[in-house]
Amino acid sequence: MQELIQQVVSGLASGAIFASLALALVLIYNAMGLVNFAQGEMAMFATFIAFTLIIHGLNYWIAFPLTLGIAFVAGVVIERVVIRPVERAPVLTLVIVTLGLATLVNGAAGFLFGYVPRSFPSPFSVQTINILGAFASFQDLSVIAVCGIVLIAIYLLLQRTTIGLTLRAAAHHPEPSRLLGVRVSWMLALGWGLASAVGAVSGIMVAPILLLEPNMMQTIIIYAFAAAVLGGIESPLGAVVGGLIVGLTVNLAGAYVPFVGGDLELAVALAIIVGVLVIKPNGLFGRAAVRNV
Amino acid sequence: MYRQVQQRLRSAPPRYWLVLVLVLFFIGLPTVITSFQASEWTLVLIFAIVIMGLNILVGYSGQISLGHGALMALGAYTSAILIHRYQVDYLVTIPIAGLVTGLIGFLLGIPALRLSALYLALATFALAVVTPSLIKRPAGLTGGVQGILISSPDPPQFAKDAFASVTSGPPMSSDQWMYYLSLISALVLFWLAWNLIRRRPGRALRAIRDREVAAASYGINIAGYKTMAFGISAFYAGIGGSLYGLAIGFVSPDTFPLALSFQLLVGTVVGGLASIAGPLIGGVFTFWLPIVSSQFVGSQSWIPAQIASVFQKAGPAVTYGALLIVVMIFAPNGVAGLIRTGYMRLQARLRGAGDRGTGQMPPDPQTV
Repeated sequence: MQELIQQVVSGLASGAIFASLALALVLIYNAMGLVNFAQGEMAMFATFIAFTLIIHGLNYWIAFPLTLGIAFVAGVVIERVVIRPVERAPVLTLVIVTLGLATLVNGAAGFLFGYVPRSFPSPFSVQTINILGAFASFQDLSVIAVCGIVLIAIYLLLQRTTIGLTLRAAAHHPEPSRLLGVRVSWMLALGWGLASAVGAVSGIMVAPILLLEPNMMQTIIIYAFAAAVLGGIESPLGAVVGGLIVGLTVNLAGAYVPFVGGDLELAVALAIIVGVLVIKPNGLFGRAAVRNV
Repeated sequence: MYRQVQQRLRSAPPRYWLVLVLVLFFIGLPTVITSFQASEWTLVLIFAIVIMGLNILVGYSGQISLGHGALMALGAYTSAILIHRYQVDYLVTIPIAGLVTGLIGFLLGIPALRLSALYLALATFALAVVTPSLIKRPAGLTGGVQGILISSPDPPQFAKDAFASVTSGPPMSSDQWMYYLSLISALVLFWLAWNLIRRRPGRALRAIRDREVAAASYGINIAGYKTMAFGISAFYAGIGGSLYGLAIGFVSPDTFPLALSFQLLVGTVVGGLASIAGPLIGGVFTFWLPIVSSQFVGSQSWIPAQIASVFQKAGPAVTYGALLIVVMIFAPNGVAGLIRTGYMRLQARLRGAGDRGTGQMPPDPQTV
């Protein structure tokens, strides 16, 4: 029981990390009907920026929001430079471009920061605290808290502000929004910026658990894909719920199913992706796809 | 009879001659380069085979796969296990590997039917990431992390003698034999692909790619052709994977990382989607780019050794990524597309200014 609770808490912690990255994917999917394969690599690069800031003596709690700001600007710039020229191209083109972006960012990180894994400082103590007789690591609880705050902030931004309204309008009904004076193309850039910042949270949160190196997010992005697909790829709430479910499933399967063990946890994510796509392609919260013929 | 042949030769379009020159070039190549260089060109040919398969899938049928590295792994392991555990002759294992992988590819094509391009990309990407850990699991069969060693095949006696008498040097080495084996496979597979593409299946695939609904209303069996494209593409990957294992002499989980699937996609796109020549260009490109670029950087004395050594690891990724983006934005039909449009412009100019601007259609419109 004791151990089970611990596994559940750490499953929820990794779930919160997956949820942040999945939310980033959903933001871009909603803006332009595209899964951004470079999301994980962008998050990894942002984490390296945070790392650089921190080892140059900046306080963690200043470096963290600063990095999110940098990631936001970088997201906007990437959209303007790389995605803008192919905005109206078929999906296949967009997918290949984001894959190119992923490779490019990964290589650039290797070039600038090297491939030596580094330990990332964490402001949270590793000691465990006692809740109702069960021990949970403080680190895990803090990760859940930070991700939760970010997710709520994004929710408020999207649902309760004018910017959020225009963002959603531009994504769902681009033509009428343009007629009403919304600069749709810039809204796409804004969406990329937001996604980049949210993704960066997942990178910074996961870095102390894994070690920071250019390929750090390669597995996390698969879990985030699984989370986004499970939640129905267009639903922000679905991404969060999906992330938590994937985190829990993977952690519990790794701990309690001997066949899965430590090294087939990724295969669980693959099974979730394929299973959901084949059985229920709209996921838990997605709307049924309607196609005009 | 003789006259007929003469007439056909005279009316053959220039690209037939180009193909002939290329084939002669590849047949003669090992006689002028060293055995080690031949082994490098073997890998170029193998890449070209797999990229040809990927091109049938992505370029002609409009489906995407980021998991072709996984299919290559399947082909390579099929061969390796048959040779290592069951002592099957390596020549027999190559077509078996192709067929097994083709069958699996065909089966993969069935769930793929239900997925849009985006989801298919996602699922195959996940497959490519998971492959190494999936291979490690049945350690008794696949040798786990260590993988399986394959002894390099010995060329048959007639080939040894023939090679020695042509070059008046040492008999054919096993690297050179692997080269010719890959060349023969590549020739056969390219010829098959060419025939497939310009006949009914090729037209059907392109129709499906460009307008699925219209194609269906013309009575084209959409599901059948799409899964067939997957199966054929996997068949090519299986043959390529099998040859790859034989050529490098071992297979291990790390032989088939995500980067390999990426490299294949880059080769397909840079060489030129929906083109027969594209995969060859792509094969040359994906194999030589990392080697040539790191050699170039290493040879420049003004670049500090430290930066040069980092470049050798990160450089290819940066160049691949940047090229992928630039090619997609500016030349979606790749190098083959550039050459084709260049050639047609030249022809139009040679025919005279009157012909210019007649709105001649390119042979294949932009595919992706």
